[in-house]
Amino acid sequence: MSNDQEKPFSEMTEAEKAEAKRKAIEEAKRKAAEKKAAKEAGDSGEVEATGGQPQNEMTEEEKSEAKRKAVEEAKRKAAERKSAKEAEDSNAASEASGEDEKAKAKAAAVAKAKAAAAAKKKAAGGETSEASGEDEKAKAKAAAVAKAKAATAAKKKAASGETSEASGEDEKAKAKAAAVAKAKAAAAAKKKAAGGGATGSGDDEKSKAIAAAKAKAKAAAAAKSKTATGGPAANDSEAFEEKPSPNQPILDKYVKVIKDNLGEEILEDSYINRLGKDVPTLVAKRESYYKLAEFLRYNEQLYFEYLSELHGTDFETHMEIYSHLYSYKNQQSVALKVKVDRDQPEVASLTPLWAGANWPEREAYDLLGIRFTGHPNLTRILMSDDWVGHPMRKDYEPYDVEV
Amino acid sequence: MMNDLLHSAPSLSNTLIFFALGASLLMIVLGFVTYAILAERKVMGFMQLRSGPNKVGGRFGLLQTVADVLKLLLKEDTIPKAADRPLFIIAPVLAFAPAFMVLAVIPFSDSLRFSDIGIGLLYYIAISGISTIGILMGGWASNNKYALLGGMRSAAQMISYEVPLVMSVIGIILITGSLNLIEIVDAQKNLAFIFVQPLAFIIFLIASTAELNRTPFDLPEAESELVAGYHVEYSGFRWAFFMLTEYVYLFAMASLTTVLFLGGWHPVPFLGFIPGVVWFAIKFSLVVFIMIWFRATLPRLRADQLMSFGWKVLLPLALLNIFISAVIKEIWF
Amino acid sequence: MIRTEEMLLNVGPQHPSTHGVFRIVLKIDGEIITDATPVIGYLHRGTEKLAEDLQYTQIIPYTDRMDYLSAMTNNYVICHAVETMMDMEIPDRAEYLRVLVMELGRVASHLVWFGTYLLDIGALSPFLYAFREREMIINLLNEISGARLTFNYMRVGGVKWDAPDGWIEKVREFVPHMRKELAGYHDLVSGNEIFLNRVHDVGTYSKEDALAYSLSGANLRCTGVDWDLRKQEPYSIYDRFNFNVPVTEKGDAWSRYQCRMAEIEESLKIVEQAVEQFPSEGAIMAKVPRIIKPPAGETYVRIESPRGEIGCYIASKGKKEPYRLKFRRPSFYNLQILSKLLKGENIANLITILGGIDIVLGEVDG
Repeated sequence: MSNDQEKPFSEMTEAEKAEAKRKAIEEAKRKAAEKKAAKEAGDSGEVEATGGQPQNEMTEEEKSEAKRKAVEEAKRKAAERKSAKEAEDSNAASEASGEDEKAKAKAAAVAKAKAAAAAKKKAAGGETSEASGEDEKAKAKAAAVAKAKAATAAKKKAASGETSEASGEDEKAKAKAAAVAKAKAAAAAKKKAAGGGATGSGDDEKSKAIAAAKAKAKAAAAAKSKTATGGPAANDSEAFEEKPSPNQPILDKYVKVIKDNLGEEILEDSYINRLGKDVPTLVAKRESYYKLAEFLRYNEQLYFEYLSELHGTDFETHMEIYSHLYSYKNQQSVALKVKVDRDQPEVASLTPLWAGANWPEREAYDLLGIRFTGHPNLTRILMSDDWVGHPMRKDYEPYDVEV
Repeated sequence: MMNDLLHSAPSLSNTLIFFALGASLLMIVLGFVTYAILAERKVMGFMQLRSGPNKVGGRFGLLQTVADVLKLLLKEDTIPKAADRPLFIIAPVLAFAPAFMVLAVIPFSDSLRFSDIGIGLLYYIAISGISTIGILMGGWASNNKYALLGGMRSAAQMISYEVPLVMSVIGIILITGSLNLIEIVDAQKNLAFIFVQPLAFIIFLIASTAELNRTPFDLPEAESELVAGYHVEYSGFRWAFFMLTEYVYLFAMASLTTVLFLGGWHPVPFLGFIPGVVWFAIKFSLVVFIMIWFRATLPRLRADQLMSFGWKVLLPLALLNIFISAVIKEIWF
Repeated sequence: MIRTEEMLLNVGPQHPSTHGVFRIVLKIDGEIITDATPVIGYLHRGTEKLAEDLQYTQIIPYTDRMDYLSAMTNNYVICHAVETMMDMEIPDRAEYLRVLVMELGRVASHLVWFGTYLLDIGALSPFLYAFREREMIINLLNEISGARLTFNYMRVGGVKWDAPDGWIEKVREFVPHMRKELAGYHDLVSGNEIFLNRVHDVGTYSKEDALAYSLSGANLRCTGVDWDLRKQEPYSIYDRFNFNVPVTEKGDAWSRYQCRMAEIEESLKIVEQAVEQFPSEGAIMAKVPRIIKPPAGETYVRIESPRGEIGCYIASKGKKEPYRLKFRRPSFYNLQILSKLLKGENIANLITILGGIDIVLGEVDG
């Protein structure tokens, strides 16, 4: 296993490099905005903090140091990655394209939903949520005064026409703003974006960092012990850097096997979900969803013969099918996600692969209106057959409003 | 007294006397049914860590069944719209009447008997088969799928278990050389047939439980499968008739078992001072208790298992028993 | 000429053996089932939809109503999900209390299953015997939580109530009593020829089928898959206890029966050990913010409920309500294989198979 762990990890870092590089380039651009946002958020910490006072104090004293450290760290890391990356140009290219596509998908979603208008609205301080990612952060931050700041950044970006860039960056900036232990989280997240962790786990790791920071702030002793080594933020992020998720090699292995067999572009994203017991998460593209699932099901190295859970979620910008797969043979889990267009929610059914997907897919159809092509009997399951609408959709209006 | 009456010439007064006797027997039987139900509930309650009925009629719920019967009488008599009305109405009667008719040949004691026909045993078995028609009819007429399934099961079961039931008593018939139940009892003066024909007794007990549609052979009304089986659409007193049928048959079958295998009214040696009727009641109660005990203990058989058990186990055993009886009869009697 | 035709039989939604409002439309040829279509949703209350407007603590009582026979595990799964997201440390005493109530709940749930299963098969008494012991458990749980079935006992970060004085002692005394009675059940039922005939080789499925159909719990373990999340993906403090995972090989109703009965014993072992190890003092709640706001992101956790793998997915946007809450309800998944198992069986076996799957309709319908 140790062998396995080594190799995929290096693979992984290669994969990350592309992103890392891009991130590094963006870094400069972003830094100013981020710092500003973070600072702003820090100021508004009092509003957000539920844990109590020590946190604020902590963040105050940490902030400057953390930021400095983080910036340095990030720079160094980025540089490292860049140099290392040079050797793997081909990979990087494809990876970048993958990244681009993700960004594009996101951008498309946003754009379709009148991205410009939305961005502007947001800039104006409106909470009309368009992009879930953005929305999520924006709302988290709602309490914080930093909203305005981030919005400005968003607007700026929108103005510069970098829609795709905007979503990613904006998100990060906002996440940071939202952080309770802002400085720390920002640093950690930045660093991760720069090179550590998994390719696309930005958001989650950030939030994880936030959570960690929160906990630390609360547990005064623990926090102090960490601060004692100087630069808590740096220390914290270092810890994350040094010890990536124990499941990282597993994810690396999955990704490698998948990419080796199905080509580089099969995955939209892959990361470790730090909030979900570090489960390796793969994001499939809608077109190749079935192909990927089939591969996961039957490939000897993966062999996820058990579908533990399948459900859909309406993220307002898109729908998402989340399935948790398990391999009894290899004793490993994976989460497989696919994003589905919200207006035309249609995706391949997994029932031919796992008979157990039958009812969960019917449930997703019933409650969210996602149509699964190739499903043997896609009818309503929980609601009555003559029910109007799909109740779990966020825009669902009850037929009888009185109820 | 009864013997004289039975051998007297028919006349109007005799008819009236017989009618009165019949009616009183019916009352006795209904009284038995009332308390058999109570006993069943009490015994099962005892076996199942409950107290059973204990509110109506004092501590022991002595009037519980009476109250239940009154309630059933007052209940609305519903007949499903889609039911076959005449059949629906006649079915409970057809099921109940034979149940009562068979009691005529059962000798309860030396003096307490209502008929003395030479083919008493045959009569019993022939008449009791008619009830099946009532049950099947009720199941069919209800126009309900569960009821139909229940009726079909019932018919299949009755026919299958009638055979080993009759076969098992052939040994006794061979030994006594009579179908007359009184003579059969008399033949057990010294030794009850349960000791002479133990195998026959076991077969008979099992087959009679099946004939009675009681657990573990309660498939026709299997609650967990067919809701209530053939009487699912019946309510009120029509339903009560089916229930009555069941318990009267319990009464009759327990009596028959007593008569055939337990020596009827003959006392256990050295306890002859206790009257024969009491002995009969004791033995009879024992059989009823065993039936209740079955019900509280055993799960239900499946239809195919029931059939294969009846045809593949009980019937060959019964045949074997006949063979052995014949051999024994040749050698010893 | 005799003309035969298939008959359409609606079993349920009101039927003694569907254990709630479950309907199954059968096509039968005589008593042989040629086709079976389960119809569910009669008890759908939209827990997941309701939860989107509720704070996390407010959701817990709703989970009680899903698998109402072992509400403690439901309580736990949502608390566990939130705790996982917030990376919380739960005090030892709280964890022990949780394990105690969950395992007692598991025993109670299996007892109900045992009783009703035998009732389905036609035996009346085991039901009452099983309910006697279940009643004792329910009294214990009532004492600690204040409710008999819908406990609402756990909270994010711990449990709501500490064990009352003498409670631990009562639990300690209960274990040997239950063992004794369990032996009685085996005497009464497990060797009964009729029962054995009813369950042997009924509703058999292979290991591959079990996995493909996403079965879990005893329904999976009866095919020889050694899988219990308490052992394989230990959560809470299950790694501190010494217990076995009963696994049987045949995949028929009898295997499932054996599995569940053995699980009662194993749960008793855990209870016994938990009582021994129970910390004499300590907090029952972690330090939890007054308003629980898991960080933005998503999580999926799964634990072992008496019926199998119960999971909870939370998508959070960092607010006090979940953005999306989803329960992986084991009965819902387990029930899927039913129509496959029923083809060619007779009606009596329908009851045996359905009972053997051990569903709770509150959970199937969510």
